[in-house]
Amino acid sequence: MAITLTEAAADRVRAFLANRGKGIGVRLGVKTSGCSGMAYVIEFVDELEENDEVFEDHGVKLVVDRKSLVYLDGTEVDYGKEGLNEGFKFSNPNAKAACGCGESFSV
Amino acid sequence: MALLQIAEPGQSAAPHEHRLAAGIDLGTTNSLVATVRSGRAETLPDEQGNHLLPSVVRYTDEGVVVGEAARRAATSDPLNTIASAKRLIGRGVGDIKSLGDGLPYEFVEQESAVPRIRTRAGDLSPVEVSAEILRVLASRAEATLGGELSGVVITVPAYFDDAQRQATKDAARLAGLRVFRLLNEPTAAAVAYGLDREADGIHAIYDLGGGTFDISILRLHKGVFEVMATGGDSALGGDDFDRMVAQWIMDQAGIADDAGHVTLRTLMQQAREAKEALTEAGSVALTVELPGGGQWRGELDRDTFDELVDPLIRKTIGACRRALRDAGITAGEVREVVMVGGSTRVPRVRERVGEFFGRPVLADIDPDRVVAVGAAIQADVLAGNKPEDELLLLDVIPLSLGLETMGGLVEKIIPRNTTIPVARAQEFTTFKDGQTAMAVHVVQGERELVADCRSLARFELRGIPPMVAGAARIRVTFRVDADGLLNVEAEELSRGVKAEVTVKPSYGLTDDEIAGMLRASFEHAEEDMAARQLAESRVEGERVIEALRAALAADGDELLNAGERDRIDAALEKLVAAVAGDDPRAIEREMKQVEKTCEFYVERRMNTSIRQAMAGKRLDEF
Repeated sequence: MAITLTEAAADRVRAFLANRGKGIGVRLGVKTSGCSGMAYVIEFVDELEENDEVFEDHGVKLVVDRKSLVYLDGTEVDYGKEGLNEGFKFSNPNAKAACGCGESFSV
Repeated sequence: MALLQIAEPGQSAAPHEHRLAAGIDLGTTNSLVATVRSGRAETLPDEQGNHLLPSVVRYTDEGVVVGEAARRAATSDPLNTIASAKRLIGRGVGDIKSLGDGLPYEFVEQESAVPRIRTRAGDLSPVEVSAEILRVLASRAEATLGGELSGVVITVPAYFDDAQRQATKDAARLAGLRVFRLLNEPTAAAVAYGLDREADGIHAIYDLGGGTFDISILRLHKGVFEVMATGGDSALGGDDFDRMVAQWIMDQAGIADDAGHVTLRTLMQQAREAKEALTEAGSVALTVELPGGGQWRGELDRDTFDELVDPLIRKTIGACRRALRDAGITAGEVREVVMVGGSTRVPRVRERVGEFFGRPVLADIDPDRVVAVGAAIQADVLAGNKPEDELLLLDVIPLSLGLETMGGLVEKIIPRNTTIPVARAQEFTTFKDGQTAMAVHVVQGERELVADCRSLARFELRGIPPMVAGAARIRVTFRVDADGLLNVEAEELSRGVKAEVTVKPSYGLTDDEIAGMLRASFEHAEEDMAARQLAESRVEGERVIEALRAALAADGDELLNAGERDRIDAALEKLVAAVAGDDPRAIEREMKQVEKTCEFYVERRMNTSIRQAMAGKRLDEF
């Protein structure tokens, strides 16, 4: 089981963490809500929780709780721009359908 | 595919419910918008990569143009190109006339106090013009964030009065924006450097822009920034630096002062470029085309430049010194000095300001963007993207708010330096029997007498049920919202009749006036106390007179013989005379005299009323 970051995404995470001045890594997860079942979560991590798994990619710690990992296994997180907007994108092989905006998905 | 931002731990929003917020620095010359993404506050560029939006609006036949394109048209289409809406916003027609520096617009003469500018698109108020700028910035933020803004924080100068603040909010509303709150520009700069999360202390915000200079002394106390003093020069800025350099070039190259318009403008542009180059370089080479043909080549080094601009910097230091004096502190008590405004990039400015305050200045954040960055951080907190325990930045009210009570005295409801938003209520009662209306007079200031404070509003509460004096209960509630706007409500508690007023004074107070009012309250403290004593004694005396007259009218003839009545009338007259005079001790003395004279009368009245109450009843009923 693994989750990966592209180099572009890793660079951004490192920069954001440095700017924030604290935090050990970034949490990736899912929560049940949203228009198409599951929604992605991406948050700074200050403390590890009991059920967390930690991956490391391009020098960035990725923290995922075991429940989310089932839905996120094999996911690659990238950072991209669309016009003026920019942010993180999830490419998740488990997602069968995503809502139009891509903020949530179902398996 | 959605583009996601990193949230604070536990603060992830549900899909489509991202709490998008932006901070807007609505400037006189340029405006900016900033937002917090993945924990980082940044100003947002437009499609061409420009962060600064010139605060210029042009009305054309094809529509409204905002920004650089409008700015370029300012000389060719001056009547339809509005470049100084911020200097006009919230001002009355009278104020604008007193600005008197040849604003190139055609003002519409009309009844209303709000000035209107005649343009191709109709007669427009500064509020409408500002709304156009806000609209452009908001749509830039929405395009960048990929969603609708839940709200914005807009910065205003610390010296903006209520009317100017209200007008700025109106502009936002017109642009379809929800204003979380208005934030003082110096406070925003302090927030950008995280000073609000540090220990209590005093900070100086030195803001040298293109055409204006502002110095603000802020005190952080328990998470609240209080503006201790402001000062500056509304006609001193980077443009003056350019003028100094241009003059130097003219002297060196032998160009006459009356050289053509084009030559002078080119020179100003070259001077500006030289100034900017000298921020990094030790010297800069200059090539100037002479009006009569030929060229002049020369070099301007940092030392010469410093000498040229030193007199200007000295002027700003003088203003800093005055601001410290107004705040009643020394330079040594200032903990951090924050640099704001493009002209603070000049190394000599930083050096001299640092020397004056005796510490290195804070200049890591781009001084053009620092205010917008602070506003964005505040907007992010207010949108609810931070954990609860993050401190919410608050402001304080600069002068006490209160209302007039009997005798022309001020009852303070909200004391100065109370943090806002705030609501305070106090109960009042009627003064006369059967009184059915009450006038509420809202005042602002520190003095004890209404006459010495500033009147903000008056309204009347009607429909109070007739009762004996002192029986009615009227609750007056003062509410000040996060932007410093005051709402006063009076409610009669038995019947629930209400009246209220929202205070939007058309002319607010300048900081100087506030400082003056505060000084006066200290200087006149003893005088005020004496005045309060006199007024209170008078009110008490009048209450006694009122009550005694009512009693005499009710049963004086039955209970008193002629001699007794004469004695009471004589005492009463003496009291009336004392109340008309201005010696509180005389009033006290005559009141005591009346009480003594009336002792037997009061006793008789009590006995009578007890007899009446007991008449026809058996003992066991009591």
